[in-house]
Amino acid sequence: MSVTAPSARARHFDLSVPVLGALGLLLCALVLLPLGWLAYYAFTDKAGDFTAGNFVTIFSNPAFLEPFLRTSAISVAVALASVAVAAPLAWLVARTDMPFRRWIRVLVTASFVTPPFLGAIAWEILAAPNAGLLNQLYQHLFGRGTYDNLFNIYTETGLVFVMACYAFPYVFVLLANAIERIPGDLEDASSILGGGRWVTLRRVVLPMTLPSLLAGALIAFLQAMTQFGAPAVLALPAGFHVITTKIWSLFQSPPQPQLAAAAALPLLLVTVLLLQAQRWLLGRRGYTVIGGKSGMARPIALGSWRWAAFAFALAVMALTMLLPYAALIKASFLRTASDPLTFEKFTLYNYQWIYSFPESRRAFFNTFSIGLMSATCGAALALVVASLAARRGFAGARVLAALATSPVAIPGIVLGVGLFLSYTRPPLVLYGTPWILLLAFVTIELPAAYQQLEAALLSLHPELEEASRIFGANRLKVLVQITAPLIATSVVATWCFIFIGAIRELSATIMLTTANTKLVSILIYDLNESGDLGLISVLGLVLLVVTFAVVGLANRVPGLRQGGGVRPVRY
Amino acid sequence: MLRFLKRFGILPVFVAALFLAPLSASRAAAPAPSPVTPALVAAATKEGSVTFYTSIDLQVAEALAKAFQDKYSGITVQVERSGAERIYQRITQEYDSKIHNVDVVDSSDAANLVDYKKNGWLAAYVPADVGKWPARQRDPDGFFASDRATLSVIGYNTKLIQPGDAPKSYADLLDPKWKDKIVKAHPSYSGNIMTATYELSKAPGLGWPYLQKLGQQQIMQVQSSTEPPKKLALGERPVMFDGNEYNALMLIDTQAPIAIVYPTEGTPLVSGAAGVMKDGPHPNAARLFINYLFSVEGQQLLVTTGELRSFNPGITEPAGRVPLSKIKVFTADPADQEKAVDDIKQKYSEYFGT
Repeated sequence: MSVTAPSARARHFDLSVPVLGALGLLLCALVLLPLGWLAYYAFTDKAGDFTAGNFVTIFSNPAFLEPFLRTSAISVAVALASVAVAAPLAWLVARTDMPFRRWIRVLVTASFVTPPFLGAIAWEILAAPNAGLLNQLYQHLFGRGTYDNLFNIYTETGLVFVMACYAFPYVFVLLANAIERIPGDLEDASSILGGGRWVTLRRVVLPMTLPSLLAGALIAFLQAMTQFGAPAVLALPAGFHVITTKIWSLFQSPPQPQLAAAAALPLLLVTVLLLQAQRWLLGRRGYTVIGGKSGMARPIALGSWRWAAFAFALAVMALTMLLPYAALIKASFLRTASDPLTFEKFTLYNYQWIYSFPESRRAFFNTFSIGLMSATCGAALALVVASLAARRGFAGARVLAALATSPVAIPGIVLGVGLFLSYTRPPLVLYGTPWILLLAFVTIELPAAYQQLEAALLSLHPELEEASRIFGANRLKVLVQITAPLIATSVVATWCFIFIGAIRELSATIMLTTANTKLVSILIYDLNESGDLGLISVLGLVLLVVTFAVVGLANRVPGLRQGGGVRPVRY
Repeated sequence: MLRFLKRFGILPVFVAALFLAPLSASRAAAPAPSPVTPALVAAATKEGSVTFYTSIDLQVAEALAKAFQDKYSGITVQVERSGAERIYQRITQEYDSKIHNVDVVDSSDAANLVDYKKNGWLAAYVPADVGKWPARQRDPDGFFASDRATLSVIGYNTKLIQPGDAPKSYADLLDPKWKDKIVKAHPSYSGNIMTATYELSKAPGLGWPYLQKLGQQQIMQVQSSTEPPKKLALGERPVMFDGNEYNALMLIDTQAPIAIVYPTEGTPLVSGAAGVMKDGPHPNAARLFINYLFSVEGQQLLVTTGELRSFNPGITEPAGRVPLSKIKVFTADPADQEKAVDDIKQKYSEYFGT
């Protein structure tokens, strides 16, 4: 980038340009370095010579094709299921007088906090075909035989179900925010012109929220496609692979990083195309909804449907939160998770064991310190990139935006290997240190963080920033003094997103931790592989409680109460 | 990274040639067993900690660490437990990145130790008690020895299956009535299962044709050999094809409804091995710890708390356990097994799907 400042303006040298330039370079290093190694490996053979043979293997060997097709089908199903649940729920929470809607919103956020691998393990306790609590209950209530089961979580349907449980909050959060941002005067206008409730919903609310709906579906799809945790817990016992577990298996000895890299590139391609399609769709319409003037919307009265709506919301919460947490709590007090919780069987053994286990304290310390650092660095980076891209005030903005969103397509495990290859050699040997995990988490969470902040910025009319620029503030000052405060809620939400994301992350972590940088997620995964459900339950519950506490604190930062920061000014 | 990537290429041959020549010359010069001296304790205490990579069940490994810490206050044991093949992968990765984190390594796949020895990563060190070990259970050059043994057994849930209906042999498990009823661990994760699979693949009348048929039984695939007994206890599956005898015995000690079957064809005996890393960060604490691991005290803990089998003649067998001498066993030579590892992983994923 080159800036040719006229001599008259030299005195007002814009410090923001070098700062932003440096961040651009950092982004390149974060994303391009591991991607570069990935590409290098995808197109070389074991001797380091150029070859396309890896791709021939990937697209001709059924051992790879099957996981590819299966993953596609599963991801589409997860996206559809997530939208089907999240869309009505978001509307009910954001726009109607459904009872306890605030609580439902808190609970959805909570189910977003749950790491998918933990949710998958909880659902194992609930719906394993023979020992699952729900199946036991069914057999007991209906007098069925021992092997006569209602649910089998170790199936593709079971996997879709569990992944949708922990992907739908992404769609929900995006949609609920979008619906809330629709100015009431637009709906009033619809009513005045004679549009009924459903016409308004269809002609105003739906088109206004369509971008968020698509973005949400896309994120759910990508989450499902690139997720490792839940498939590792549920698919392997069922005897099938999805693409992430297949790639992971290629890193077991004898390692085949060339094939793994080649298997990862199609995922990258699919995602880039999808993101481009989304950008194209959104780019054709203006969605500026927060300007200097607009009005609050009034909740829609559901009448006699209120309690039906609440029952629906409660059912969703039961499946994603209440039942799994109850199962974890129950299992934490038993030596054998499927035993009935009686006075006789009740034990604090698991709690005592975890308490006296030195690794668990170390893992908790590592997890939270790295999580806090990742959230802070990641939110700052995403804000800068998003403000550059959204305002096009910078020559390479589109490139930066593409760079920031590209990691979404890299399965964590492959990014883990990319980072492993990049940072196990001079000049920067970071393997074995917490820094490599920080890099991984910031890179992995950057796309979601970026998209969230970009969406917030796109709905913020540039007139406010332009005013500041006119009064002489440079870009950085505008970002800090005008833009950031205006989208403060989104920034805090993004911070929480990254923090939670770092806590939930498993697939890159698995490649990057050593004994000295062990995280709780790895500890839980290790214990799952040896079948210690009681110990996992204790670890998982502690992780959840501490995470809720951190997120709760973040939301109580003065002046940033949920929703308070972005409420349009009343005119 | 290079060796890690090329471990199964031409490099091992080269490395083996490089190391085996001097090793075979020094065969007679295996170091004499070293007792624990006050000087060793003092030096170990000064180092303050020891890192132990192991595939022993986590709760057993932690009990061992705690007993050591109680005896030698001032030295903490950091336990890194995972499946043997996962530990192997981790150590190879770390050493290729010049990260020397591990002091003492234990693996239920003794072939891993053969490989570390070939790479020149192990120190020749014979703990005092290993002098009493049977010759077949110790490395002739003094780099490692069997620190434990267990059997990979068949088992069943006694609430779900009456003893009369229980399988007696591997052949029984091919009966269609066991379809969808069997849980089984994975050789790409577990060293025990790797060894057991190697032994079964060599067993007369069984071999790969048998395992291929077993792959049609819609088994539930878990990872660690510590897990199938736990799945039996849950009642998730009524039968386990393989899994650690020691975990099954430990669960039976807690009244879990499990019974063990030593199959009529023979039961795979799996000897785990342990050694000291040459470039570990705490060489003295490592030597003190491995001495404790092989001592009567350490071995008795593995046998009593962990229900493992031991080669230390000084230990007392728990009452009521079937003595090893009464069980027909399959055994493996770690060096031969090391050559078959890749083939086993490939065939297994072909026949069992993961």
